[in-house]
Order: sequence, then structure tokens, then C-alpha cells
Amino acid sequence: MSLRLDRPGLLFAAVGLAGLALPLVQFKANRIVPGEGLSLPAALPMGLLMLLGLGAVLLAGCLRWSSALRLAAAAAGLAAVLLALGGAATSLTPPDDTLARVAPATGFWLLLLAFALMLTDALTRLRPALWLRVVLLVVAVTALAALLGSGLLDGVSVMREYAARQDMFLREAQAHLVLAFGSLGLALLVGLPLGVALYQARALRGPVLSVLNILQTIPSLALFGVMIPIFGWIAANVPGAAQAGVAGIGLFPALVALFLYSLLPVVSNTLTGLAGVNPATREAAIGLGLTRVQLLGWVLVPLALPVLLAAVRIVLVQNIGLAVIAGLIGGGGFGTFVFQGLNQTAMDLVLLGALPTIALALVAGIALDLAAEAANRRAPARQGA
Amino acid sequence: MTGRVLLGAALLVLLAFLARPGSFAPLFDPFTCNNAAAIYTQTPLWSLTLSHLALVGIAVLASTVVALVLAVLVTRPSGREFLPLARTITSVGQTFPPVAVLALAVPIMGFGAGPTLVALFLYGLLPVFENTLAGLTGQPRNVAEAARGMGLTPRQRLWQVDLPLALPVILGGMRLTAVISLGTATIGSTVAARTLGEVIIAGLLSANTAFVLQGGMVVGIIAVLIHAGFQGLERRAAARIGLAR
Amino acid sequence: MIEIRALTKIYDGTPAVEDVTLTVEPGQIAALVGTSGSGKTTLLRMINRLVEPTSGQVLIDGRDTREGPAHLLRRRIGYAIQGHGLFPHRTVAQNIGTVPRLLGWPAEKIRDRVDELLTLFQMEPDAFRDRMPFDLSGGQQQRVGVARALAAKPDLLLMDEPFGALDPVIRAKAQADLRDIQRRLGTTLILVTHDMEEAVTLGDRIAVMDKGRLVQYAPPSEILTAPATPFVRDLIGLDQRPFHLLSLTPAFALAAEGHAAGPVLPRDASLRDALAECLWSGRDALPVEGGGVITLAALRAQAAPAARAAE
Repeated sequence: MSLRLDRPGLLFAAVGLAGLALPLVQFKANRIVPGEGLSLPAALPMGLLMLLGLGAVLLAGCLRWSSALRLAAAAAGLAAVLLALGGAATSLTPPDDTLARVAPATGFWLLLLAFALMLTDALTRLRPALWLRVVLLVVAVTALAALLGSGLLDGVSVMREYAARQDMFLREAQAHLVLAFGSLGLALLVGLPLGVALYQARALRGPVLSVLNILQTIPSLALFGVMIPIFGWIAANVPGAAQAGVAGIGLFPALVALFLYSLLPVVSNTLTGLAGVNPATREAAIGLGLTRVQLLGWVLVPLALPVLLAAVRIVLVQNIGLAVIAGLIGGGGFGTFVFQGLNQTAMDLVLLGALPTIALALVAGIALDLAAEAANRRAPARQGA
Repeated sequence: MTGRVLLGAALLVLLAFLARPGSFAPLFDPFTCNNAAAIYTQTPLWSLTLSHLALVGIAVLASTVVALVLAVLVTRPSGREFLPLARTITSVGQTFPPVAVLALAVPIMGFGAGPTLVALFLYGLLPVFENTLAGLTGQPRNVAEAARGMGLTPRQRLWQVDLPLALPVILGGMRLTAVISLGTATIGSTVAARTLGEVIIAGLLSANTAFVLQGGMVVGIIAVLIHAGFQGLERRAAARIGLAR
Repeated sequence: MIEIRALTKIYDGTPAVEDVTLTVEPGQIAALVGTSGSGKTTLLRMINRLVEPTSGQVLIDGRDTREGPAHLLRRRIGYAIQGHGLFPHRTVAQNIGTVPRLLGWPAEKIRDRVDELLTLFQMEPDAFRDRMPFDLSGGQQQRVGVARALAAKPDLLLMDEPFGALDPVIRAKAQADLRDIQRRLGTTLILVTHDMEEAVTLGDRIAVMDKGRLVQYAPPSEILTAPATPFVRDLIGLDQRPFHLLSLTPAFALAAEGHAAGPVLPRDASLRDALAECLWSGRDALPVEGGGVITLAALRAQAAPAARAAE
């Protein structure tokens, strides 16, 4: 193998080496005192060795190796960086000290970024088959869960915040999922029939789509805010509503706001999907004597499936992110931690809300991309959109 | 045509409201309770609007410039190695919730306009980059072939053919970026950036729906106007190259 | 004069063009014919270095094309392709003026040249100068594409299936116009086509390509009467041979003394047209414009011996 320089590898090495030079963790004796940045050798007993090891992997990445080798190196690098963080937290925190906080610092984030980029690059170049990517996603999620469950990271500040609020975290996680998936479900329930109806009734398309478009431009914060008095009024004035759990504060306003945001992608993609089916296919189906309902169920919807899945991806990823704002209006979800943390300038708490949100959005996005690809293979007979 | 009239009316309402918010008080009165103020007066609305727009404008401009440069770089022969990676990063990066990006920028930037600007900039890169990439790589084959065959240098092809032809798509990316940024900037006020979000948050904290409504209305109208403005530019740019829709 | 010497292009170990040598005399039209994948387009694109040859040379008027940067070479060579490749964001005048502008001609000279070319291609300059490409018909777009290729007065014009996107009626007219303009300007023309009829109509010489190799390079009559390989014969098509052959000769060349009744055949009509007219009107002889007649017997004699010789 000839030793040639790999440009992306150079970039990753630059980012990673900067990460090695900067403090890996920030140590605070308690939540209030200013923190002290510690680099890898200072933070960990075996730190110097680890620094040399990571540095060697990064530098080796500047040369062209097989992509599979790079993938393995990047995965090992990621694991090493995470374990280094956990190790540093455990070794820096004095035993029985509940006040000291060891938080990830710039160096950690840069190293994480470098190896994540390396991993992505290797994966992109390998172009694994669809099934293999599904397996890889499952493996990655399982590995992360195992790492979190193993207790190796328990000394890290975010995990300490988690330990202090375990019950609340589970409750908010549940609320977040209900918000994201519930609004998606509602949007599909309403949006799919609406899309089909608009496909049949050409004249209504323009007006309905522009209303939905305008709905999307309302800033999320305002839409969430406006829902509160509306639901408050319903709870107060509609008999039985309050008993059914409708209230101005809580899950309902957030759920409905997210639902409203989701309508446009669902409706417009349903429309695009149906309209994008090859006219010849449609004509042939009608010529064979299919009824309207059969045409829709047997031909149009299966062929439009990839576009519909694309809508599900857009909506789910968007709603997982927007559900954070529910935390501002008492709607629950991970946003509760984010905004509490921002209020108290407690960054560990912000991370406790932000990191799971990002992970959730990432996994949902990748999983649905894979699903859309699978559907695309089964319905390739579409016109270019 | 009706669309244009409506947009014009919306613009007039917006300007009138920003100039004399007090005269709109009767409209917002029904949404207050306990004799709370109907109009937000802590900071003049026009000044919040201006700083909101400045924040979004700077962020959109910066992300457009950087995204354009990056997209051009990865489509040059010397940057081709980065193209697949760049594609993956954009699609993965767009799954990052803007609010989370904003929150994560705080530990690095501290409170104020800084983290908001950074979050808007980072998040705004992606749509412009993605669209520019699509525009630069999706040229009609025979046009690129003809340009090469006539002896245009790579630089001349970029400036005289590729970028002008990609313009409508690039503008589409800027539109997405601008509209997302307008909405996300409101959340910036939770980290003490001076934006119209301040009005909405004040409304949420004091249970004053009038504030929520007027903040949302101003941002909403601006978003609709900017959306329509970009669409107009896109249509014009597309019509120029015979892609009139 | 264009000299192609032992030109070869290898992609991933597979030769696309292999050891092709041919010469095109100044002012002549050479038609490169072959099935798709025969390497004819690759051969053409190596002449202006859109594809860099693996080995071999191209000499234009004795100078190796590898001297100097490729883009400067291309500005000296006209290039027109299928589907015209006009810049959709530029007006007709800007499109035609592309290469002159690259060469730094003064604006006034460019303007005059554009008007001159538009007139040459029978498009009223005032009506067409500022139109956008999408605003033109297919035939007009194609003409602007050729005009653009000719704008900087190149001595050599390369065309890749230039009429491929046109419907048959416009196509015949465009071919006739091209032939006419090429004769008038004296431009050397190398043209890629998959259509033997087009090659026979336009080419002074036809180069038949098969699997990357040059199978035969000869004037059309020779290709028709003495195909070098079965492949060439198949490409011509047995049923079309006599008609192609007759189409090569103008009617007046075969006109003999005599008298015939009925409408007069135009002077520049081909023998093929004459045969068609004989069959259609049921006449044995036709008067030709400018005097003389052409007989069915003469037409048969013209087509037959050649056909026998080819067996």
C-alpha cells in the first residue's frame, strides 16, 4: 500500500490534536466556584499514555488506509474518549464528595467531534449495504446504552445531575416522547386524509397549503404561548374538558402546537407523493378497471410511500427538537431541564436536557432515512420529483 | 395579485404597529386580565424588532457566505474528497434541534447575543450549503459540456455558468435559513439576546396573552414577508434561466 | 489540416479508442459514424482535449494540440453538441459572443459578429439578439448553438450529434444549411453521428468506428460500394444502399440531351430525388432545370454496377 496523504484525515487530525491540547474536563469543587480546566495527562493516571495513543491514531488517520480499518480506529477512538471522560471524573472526584463536579470541556468535545467525523467519513466511503447500516445503528445505540448503564460514566457531572433526578428524568423523557410521537400520530391521522382530499380537489390546494404555510412561519414560541389561553378557555368553558385532562398548562397546548407545525409537511408530501406517480401507471391502473379506492390503495399510496416516509422523518425530527420549547410553557419534556439549567446557569442541567434530545433526533433521523431508502427500493417506478 | 395586496397590507399593519403600538391597545385589551398592560412597553417594540432583524440578518449573511465558499470548495477537484463527508454532515447536522444548538452554545459563549448568533449561524449553514451543492452539481450536462468545450477556464465556468444557474436554488436555501432563524431567534431571548422573543417570554411569565400575541404577530408577519420576498427573487431568477414555474 | 496519429484512450484498462489514425483536409467534412459505444464521441473529444488521450497525437496545421493550456486550444476550435448546450441565463447575443468575449474582442466587433452570424443563420438580428434561449424553438436553439461555435471564426468545427434533438423535417433543412454555410466559410468540420444517412449527406469522407477502432475511412461512395467489413455493410443497411448512392450525385451531373414532358426537376436535386419523382409520377424521363433530361434507365445504370461491385 502506498502511503498517500488523506485530506479529510488531515482535517480530523487537526481538530483532534487541538482537542488533545485543550482541557479535557473542567473540575469544580462545587457548583459555584469557577472551574479549573485539566488536560488529559493531568486528569487521568494513565492520561499521558492515552494522549499518545489517541494522537497516534489521529496522525495515522492522515494516511490512506482501508476504510474498514479507519472505521474500527474511529470507533475505538470514540470509546476511548468517552471512557477517558468517565475515568477522569472518577479519579478526580474525592470519595464521598457530592459537591464536586467534573464536566466535559472543550478538549473533550473537539475529540468527540474529530472521531465522530472520522467515523462518518469511513462509513460514507465504505457505503455499507442497507441491512448492514441497520445493524450498525442498532449496535451503536446498544453500545451507548451499555456504556451509560455500566456506571463507567457515573462520575461525570451530567450523569450526577441525572442520578439526582432519575424519576423526574424518566417522566420528562416520557413526556418528550409523547409530545413528539403523539403530535406525529395526530398529524398523520389528519394530514393523510387531507392530502388525499386535496389531491382529488385541485381547487382547494392553493388556499389550504398557504394557510398551512403561514402556520409554519409563526415562531414556535408564540404558537406554544397562544395555545395556553385557548386551552385554558376550553378547560373552563367546555363541559367535561377539564375532567378529560385538558388544561391551559401542561401537555395539551404543546401537543396541539406541534401537531399544527406537522400538518404542512404531511399534507404537502402526501400531495407530492400522489401527484408524482407516473401518469402512465395511473392510466394503466384505471384502464384495468380499478375503482378510485382501489387505485389509491393498490397503486398510488404504495408508490407514494417513500415521499410519505420523508414527511414522517421531517416531522419527527422537527418535533423532537421543537418539543424542547414545551419546557418553557410547562409542557414537560427534556426542555424542562434545558430552561431550568439556563435559568440557574447550570450547564450540566442544560446538557441533561440537550444531549438526550440530540441523540433522539439523530437516531430518529437516521432510522427513518434507512426506512425511506428501503421503501424507495420497492417503489422505484416514480417520476423524478 | 391578491397575494401581493395581502402582503402589502401586512407590511403596512406591521409598520403602523411598530410606529404607534399604543394605538393598537384596544385590539389587544381583550387578551389581558387583571388590568395588565395590553402593549409591551419595557423596551420599544421597534428597537426589539431592529435588533431581532440585525441578529438574523448577520447570521444569514455569514452562513450564506461561509456555506457558499464551502460548497464551492467541495465541488472543486481538489476538494472532491470532502464531498461525500460534507453531504452526510449536512443531512445529519440538520437533525440537530436548533434549540439544543442554542443551549449548547451558552457554555462556550456566555449569555447574550453571542450564543444566539453562533447557533443561528451554524444552523443556517446547512440549508444554504445543501442547496448550493445541489445547484452546483445538478447543472444540465450539456451546458457544462458546452462551457468546457468552448474553452472557459474552471474559474470562468464557476462564475459565469455554475453560480448564475444555481442562483434560484441558492436563494431557496437562504429563504429556509432566514425563516428558521427568525423563529429560532425568539428563543434567543431565553439566553438574554435582545429579540422579539423577549415580548413573548414576558407574556408567558406574566400570563399575559396580549404580549404573546403581539410578539408572535410581529415575528410572524416578518417571516411571511421575508418568505414571500425570497420566493419572488427565486421566481425572477428562475424565470431568467427559463425555469419559470 | 487535422492529423490524428495513433490516438488511444484507455479507461480502467478497457480501450475506448484504440490506435486511430486519420487526416482531415482543410475545408472538408469528416463524419465519424458508429454504433453507441464505438468510441466516436471520445475520439472527437480528444481533438479539443475535453478528454486527454492516453497515447498518440493530434496535430492541427502541424502543431501538436498538447502545446499550451487546453482552454486556449478550445477557444480556437468551434464546438457544438446535441441539445445545443446554450447557457440558459444568457441572451442569444451573449451566448453567441461567448468565445469572442473570452478572447477579448472589443464589444463593437462582437456585436457586429453576432449580427453577421444571426443573419447567416436566417434569424433577424433585431428580433433575436435579446431573446433568451428558452424562448426559441428547437430549430432556432440549434442554429444559435452552431452560430456560437462559429463565432470566433474557428478554422475547425467539432460537432457531436448536432441535429440529434431535432425532428426529421427541421433536421433535413438544418443539414442543408450547415453544408451551405460550411462551404461558404471554408471551415473544416468533424461531425459525430450515429445516422449513416446524415454521414452520407454531409460527409466528404466517412470514418466508420467499431469497438474503438477505425474500420474504414473513405469517401461516401466508396463506403457504399466497397464496405471494408460486414460491420460497415450492416451499418449502411442493404435496403438503403442504392438510395444512399444516388443521393450523392446531383441531378444535373447525369443530365443528357433530350426532351421530356412534365414538371422540371430543380438543378440541385439529387439522383435520389429524381428516382423518387420518376416512380411517383410514372415518367421514364424528367426535364432538369437548366437543360437536359434524366432517364430512369440512366438512374438504374448509376445504381446497379456499383451494387454488383460491392457484393
